[in-house]
Amino acid sequence: MEETSEKLLKLTIDGIETEAREGETILQVAERLLIDIPTLCHWKFVKPYGACRICTVEVEVHGKTRMVPACTYNVRDGIVVQTRSEEVIKHRKMLLELMLARHSQVDVVRKLAHEYGVDTTRFEEMPSEQCINCGLCVRVCAEVVGANALTFVKRGTERYVSTPFEGESETCIACGACAYVCPTGHIKVEDIRGRKYVVSELALGPTTPIHIPFAAAIPGIPVIDAQSCIHMQTGGCGICSKVCEPDAIDYEMQDTFEEMEVGSIILATGFKTFDPARAEQYGYGRLDNVITSLEFEHMSHASGVTGGALVKEDGTEPKSVAILHCIGSRDKNFNEYCSRVCCMYSLKMAHLIREKIPDADIYELYIDMRCPGSGYEEFYNRLLEEGVHFIRGKGVEVSSAPTLATAERAEGKKLYVRCEDTLLGVPRELPVDMVILSVGLEPTADAEEIARVFKITSKADGFFMEKHPKLAPVDTLSDGIFIAGCAQGPKDIPDSVAQGAAAAAAAMSLIDAGEVALEPITSVVDEEVCTGCKTCMVVCPFGAISYDEEKHISVINDVLCKACGCCVAACPSGAITQRGFDDAQIEAELAALLMS
Amino acid sequence: MADITAAEKSPANTAEGIVPFEPKIIGFLCWWCTYAASDMAGTSRLKYPPNVSIIRVMCSSRVDPSFVMRAFAEGADGVLIGGCHPGQCHYISGNYKTVARISLLKKMLSQFGVEDERLRLEWISAGEIHKYAKVVTDMTEKVRKLGPLNWRKNFEPK
Repeated sequence: MEETSEKLLKLTIDGIETEAREGETILQVAERLLIDIPTLCHWKFVKPYGACRICTVEVEVHGKTRMVPACTYNVRDGIVVQTRSEEVIKHRKMLLELMLARHSQVDVVRKLAHEYGVDTTRFEEMPSEQCINCGLCVRVCAEVVGANALTFVKRGTERYVSTPFEGESETCIACGACAYVCPTGHIKVEDIRGRKYVVSELALGPTTPIHIPFAAAIPGIPVIDAQSCIHMQTGGCGICSKVCEPDAIDYEMQDTFEEMEVGSIILATGFKTFDPARAEQYGYGRLDNVITSLEFEHMSHASGVTGGALVKEDGTEPKSVAILHCIGSRDKNFNEYCSRVCCMYSLKMAHLIREKIPDADIYELYIDMRCPGSGYEEFYNRLLEEGVHFIRGKGVEVSSAPTLATAERAEGKKLYVRCEDTLLGVPRELPVDMVILSVGLEPTADAEEIARVFKITSKADGFFMEKHPKLAPVDTLSDGIFIAGCAQGPKDIPDSVAQGAAAAAAAMSLIDAGEVALEPITSVVDEEVCTGCKTCMVVCPFGAISYDEEKHISVINDVLCKACGCCVAACPSGAITQRGFDDAQIEAELAALLMS
Repeated sequence: MADITAAEKSPANTAEGIVPFEPKIIGFLCWWCTYAASDMAGTSRLKYPPNVSIIRVMCSSRVDPSFVMRAFAEGADGVLIGGCHPGQCHYISGNYKTVARISLLKKMLSQFGVEDERLRLEWISAGEIHKYAKVVTDMTEKVRKLGPLNWRKNFEPK
């Protein structure tokens, strides 16, 4: 400890001899010694205020005793402090009696008074007020948040807390700090007025500005959301840096861009789920209790917002759940392809619901059950045995009231799912408590941009295209760039892992080989004929053609050339030929075909 | 081309009787899509006319407009160019260049009096084997109706 230069003050608290630094209060010293002094208006992150006086202690200085509030009294050398002397208890009892007269219904006051054996007051009882005028909210807002949105109004017995001019504060950032510190629960954040003060992983449930992005984030390090952090907004607060013992909080940290030189790149940029609000008939975002499969995952997760409990919007357990397959998949209006994973995860959801709510009616509305894979069909059979209702027919509409005369009726607030049961050959309408939309997989929003940056190709559905579906499934047309996972097309976890490993191996083999094999079919420039017009440079999609400033001709880089032959056809002077596909060869083919 | 008469367009009358006119069509097909589609159409046993003779190119953008002119000059009745769908080009943007070139070429051909149906640019992906068969059938029928182009004969010195 390098505190030797600092002058230490000697004092005695309740008979314990101890030392304190200059500027420390009696309360701070007592806290260190685990001596309990009651407080109402104190919070260690705001300046002491001495409003409630409940922390009153007896101090003996140079033989004179005085009653002082422990929170504001700075330690002096040689003082003797009594925190539970008869005189102190008497003082506190009186204070509590006075408080009871005005705040008889405030829990924190009543509880404290009861501890001191004060259950009635000798003073005239006034109508109980919730606010005890401790001023914590005012001080937090001013000192910690820096918003100054709260203040005391009037004086003496008429004093109360309000916003300036009692109007809607313009400086309030709706951080909720006042409500957090309020010891009586008088302040509540009722209306956030569109000001977001929490961030969330999904639409479900709040988190604080400091949070770990998601349950299995790597690295599992908390981040600060700059949009909702009070310090980032007002420069105030900073409490996290005060409580963080390893001093790991860095407000100055900014996003950085690092450039790396690499030999090969694996693109595993993943997917996004289909936004079911695009298919209005399912009522997502419009009807309560219509959720997506990902939101269900979020809810059923043990560390999720509901702690793994399945609940409806009103907090009760759903007794019937419909799982609608192929939302946004196998649909000519959205994506024509099958998203591959939904059948299996829909079965898993049904299994989880059955596990958590054993008597629930669970419906799976499917077009076809697609369960190829190791153990998948067996899992499907298990679900059949678990009593899940499988209806072959896509759910076509979710509404809050039945539309078919033949709809199965039900009591209470229900959702009605319309479908055609193709095995029975009848249209049906199922009353359920909750609808889960098994949304399909789509290319990420920036997939096109990624394809452009890395000069790779995409398929019609927007997923990246492999060089050859069978012979080069992780390669792309750009050498050294590999693709894996759902960036290449919808696939489940085992397939993604397998493809990821394959892409890693392919990238490794390039490193291992130490040299790059090139396509033999490249274009070449005849230096004698090239006029240096640069037409070829404009058309080359791979940037493989450069201009030789000395010779005034175009030069083709054999490594970058992918042999499309575009430049050959564009060359106005016929200076470029493509190996294996030169003009003479193609013309000879033509002549041979047209001989007869 | 004004001197082509109706008689020349109809099936040739020979001593042996009427020999039906079989159009000769040259197909420049992109290796990555339409060529693969034609390959698969064959292995899938699809039935379509045998009138298209294929020349494989790496990309439809390799098709120099002069190849098309030469094909017509050497006796082809039609030319089919097959490329990848827009946005799906294996060479990123080759097919866009093809579109530009072929539309210009079509303008020129129309000035020469060559019917529009004789040059056709189609986007056929490797999986669209039925589209390939349909395009070939349709084009063969259309060119058959148009009759022979007979450029070689018309340009030969009399």
